[in-house]
Amino acid sequence: MEITALLEIVDVSRHFDDFVALDKVSLHIEAGEFFTLLGPSGCGKTTLLRLLAGFDQPDGGDILLDGKSITSAPPEQRPLHTIFQNYALFPHMTVAENIGFPLRMAGCPKKDIQARVAEALENVRLPDKARHYPDALSGGQKQRIAIARALVNRPRLLLLDEPLSALDAKLREQMQIELINLQKDIGITFIYVTHDQGEALALSHRIAVMDQGRIVQVDVPERLYGFPNSRFVADFIGKCNLLEGYVREQQGDCVTVDLDGLGMVHVCRSETKCVAGSRCALTLRPEKIRLAATVSPKEDESLFRGSVHDMLYLGDVTVYIVSLANGLLLEALLANSASGRTNFFEVGDSVEVAWSCDAGHLVLD
Amino acid sequence: MQGKAWYKYLLSLPPMAYLLIFFAAPTFLMFFATFRYAGEYGGLAPWYLHEGGRLTLDLTLENWQRLLETDIYLRLFLKSIGYAVTTTLLCMIMGYPLALMIARSGHKNRDLLLLLVILPFWSNFLVRIYAWMIIFSPAGALTRMLNGALELVGAGPVTLMYSPTAMLVCLVYVHLPFMVLPLYANLEKHDLDLLDAAQDLGAGKWRRFWLITWPLSLSGITAGSILVFIPVLGMFAIPDLLGGTNGIMIGNVIKQQFMESRDWPFGSVLSMVLTVTAVAVVLLGSRLGRRREGR
Amino acid sequence: MQKKNVLLWVSAGLVYLFLYLPLVIVVVFSFNDSRLNAEWVGFTWKWYGKLFHNREMLGAAMNSLIIATVSTGTATILGTLAGMAMNQYRLRLLPLLVLSPIAMPDILMGVSLLLFFIMVNMTLGLLSIMLAHITFCIGFVALAVQARMSSMDPALVEAARDLGASPWRCFREITLPLLLPGILAGALMAFTLSIDDFVITFFTAGVGSSTLPLQIYSMVKIAVTPEVNAVSTLLMLLTLVVITGASRLYPAIFRGE
Repeated sequence: MEITALLEIVDVSRHFDDFVALDKVSLHIEAGEFFTLLGPSGCGKTTLLRLLAGFDQPDGGDILLDGKSITSAPPEQRPLHTIFQNYALFPHMTVAENIGFPLRMAGCPKKDIQARVAEALENVRLPDKARHYPDALSGGQKQRIAIARALVNRPRLLLLDEPLSALDAKLREQMQIELINLQKDIGITFIYVTHDQGEALALSHRIAVMDQGRIVQVDVPERLYGFPNSRFVADFIGKCNLLEGYVREQQGDCVTVDLDGLGMVHVCRSETKCVAGSRCALTLRPEKIRLAATVSPKEDESLFRGSVHDMLYLGDVTVYIVSLANGLLLEALLANSASGRTNFFEVGDSVEVAWSCDAGHLVLD
Repeated sequence: MQGKAWYKYLLSLPPMAYLLIFFAAPTFLMFFATFRYAGEYGGLAPWYLHEGGRLTLDLTLENWQRLLETDIYLRLFLKSIGYAVTTTLLCMIMGYPLALMIARSGHKNRDLLLLLVILPFWSNFLVRIYAWMIIFSPAGALTRMLNGALELVGAGPVTLMYSPTAMLVCLVYVHLPFMVLPLYANLEKHDLDLLDAAQDLGAGKWRRFWLITWPLSLSGITAGSILVFIPVLGMFAIPDLLGGTNGIMIGNVIKQQFMESRDWPFGSVLSMVLTVTAVAVVLLGSRLGRRREGR
Repeated sequence: MQKKNVLLWVSAGLVYLFLYLPLVIVVVFSFNDSRLNAEWVGFTWKWYGKLFHNREMLGAAMNSLIIATVSTGTATILGTLAGMAMNQYRLRLLPLLVLSPIAMPDILMGVSLLLFFIMVNMTLGLLSIMLAHITFCIGFVALAVQARMSSMDPALVEAARDLGASPWRCFREITLPLLLPGILAGALMAFTLSIDDFVITFFTAGVGSSTLPLQIYSMVKIAVTPEVNAVSTLLMLLTLVVITGASRLYPAIFRGE
């Protein structure tokens, strides 16, 4: 059975002089997906988006939409639209003229344009802003108008280039929910570019993590968080303790690891195929570590002693940096769930940490 | 995005061609003219000769030698530079408080105050010179008042018209906006928190000015100085109308060579020297500006 | 703090006085019923009347208008192209060519163009003056357009293409309207510079093609007469009208200038 994806990116490369912005990137994106390109600045995600939009041409490779190559088509001939970081609303046109622009370019009759613009404004709940100029809108309103403009002639794909980065934190969360609902309602494929891992996890069906012009891992958010395939992904997505060591032996899905300075631990339900003697790192999320003055360890838990090195009170949780016997620093969380109870330990207190054998995940070098 | 080569040439070729023909070519021809002989009735003699059916070049270094023969022209240049430096300094002294005042006034007034500086600059150049001819005229109120005062202390009468003083006042008057505008543009960008920080750290108001505002405004001063210095250096209308015999500058002599003595080759030599001086000043200024910005 | 502000305001006020007193004197004496610009004798319109019967002056004014109009038009087109090119591409020669005429003393352009026109056997007259004026106006238009364009979000052009506009429609619907304030500001600058220019015109005008500044120069050279005050006053009025008119029509020209 062969399913053609909506968008296929095949071995696409882009060089700027000596700098390799994209190195043979391949991706399949299905119809109706909310797909996110995630990575630090300079990883190539924006370059890829510009290639998809047609603002730039790849040095090699092919981009296929519905099985047909669009690689050399100019932007105006591609059935996809972009939401720009600063929205790129035309300042000399009213909101209605902005939304009507793609229809006008497509040669729609004037009457249709009016009706569809009105409908689009209705959809983004800003019907009274038609005659305003973009300058008079708030950040969130500009955002909605930009989306209305990009969706008014029903593109196959919507490309979003860090569209929430210009908004403040509160508004950003609200717009995230709006985006998710919008995508669910209209069913158009979204390709979303961001450097904010939290945003990517919250919004996406699938995420491609990029670094230095390559795709490092493509997966659904839960697996990306739970089973990062490299130190880079583990470190980039969420907070993560990386404990270095080497593989002793593997029995089925259970691996015995010798952590540097800490000794043997068991890692179960490992999906990683390991060779005995190879270097590896145990990735351990702070929320998966138990922390107490004395932990009575369960059977499948590893226990270590240490002392509180530093602490950060964050309101909902307190982050403790625990210094272990070998000088290694480990980050753990305690939820401040009981009222008034926020100060469990002081700096210098001796504590115990423990985690179960399926709490961590191994990444190999 | 519009990376297509034809688009780039569509944009850049027409203006480039125009300026190559009407700016670069004339400048080059002027340089070439410095090696030619003057024509019998002014203008330029042909640069080649027909001698027995053969063409020979007829060029000379005489015009450059003439420049160096006496120190007349050197002194003339130094005098012109002197006037230009004095004008620049006076513009700075008068322009700085004005620019600072505008930059520190409220946003509402700022545009109006700035417009008031630019407005005289939009009125005709000759009208602005003419205004000072009226003020300095021997029958004018200023001259009569001054001479009345001088008589009381027993000093002889003076004429203001056709003097270097009159010329300098007018030079400053005409070029003041060139100093104020870049200075304002610079001062307006200053972070006023720096002054509060300096005060907080114990600097008094004069120290705050000399240690914070002044050094930060140096690039504005450099830009303004270049904009004043260069046109003043090549000025001929103001000395012509207000300077009298003492106030002759290099521009007057160039004008003389081209329009009156009609010795174009020598006029071209003087023009080339002026060109080189102007280019040197611009390069020096932009280098100073760059270094101050810490690049 | 307060004390220094007073000092600053007083000195700035004196500079404003210095800037405006001479112009006020010119205007006042244009209504003075005396040949000498020395004492106030009485009010009269006669210098203005004389002006409107001065054929040479009227002819010169006409020449100035024709020259300024043609030069502004041409320089605006060439300068807009240059400004756009300088903003979009890393060019070496063009910025040098555009900026040098602005940076050099006027007299150099005047004499070199005189030399050039004579060497290519061109008769000096309106055409040579126009060609010269275009040369120094291009740079000012180019700078205004470049400044405007560099403050323009490049994403706007991309957004237009993305939403289905061809390169030409994108230019007409987005780039040109957004550049317009810059282009108009440059054109306004070019027009006033052309009307105002004395030095370059002085060298490139032949006999019989006088402009207003040349006419004023020759009158002033001979004697200071109130007729000059009258023409000066009218010129000031004209620039004032042009500037306020432009600022009413297009406030954006004066923003960020």
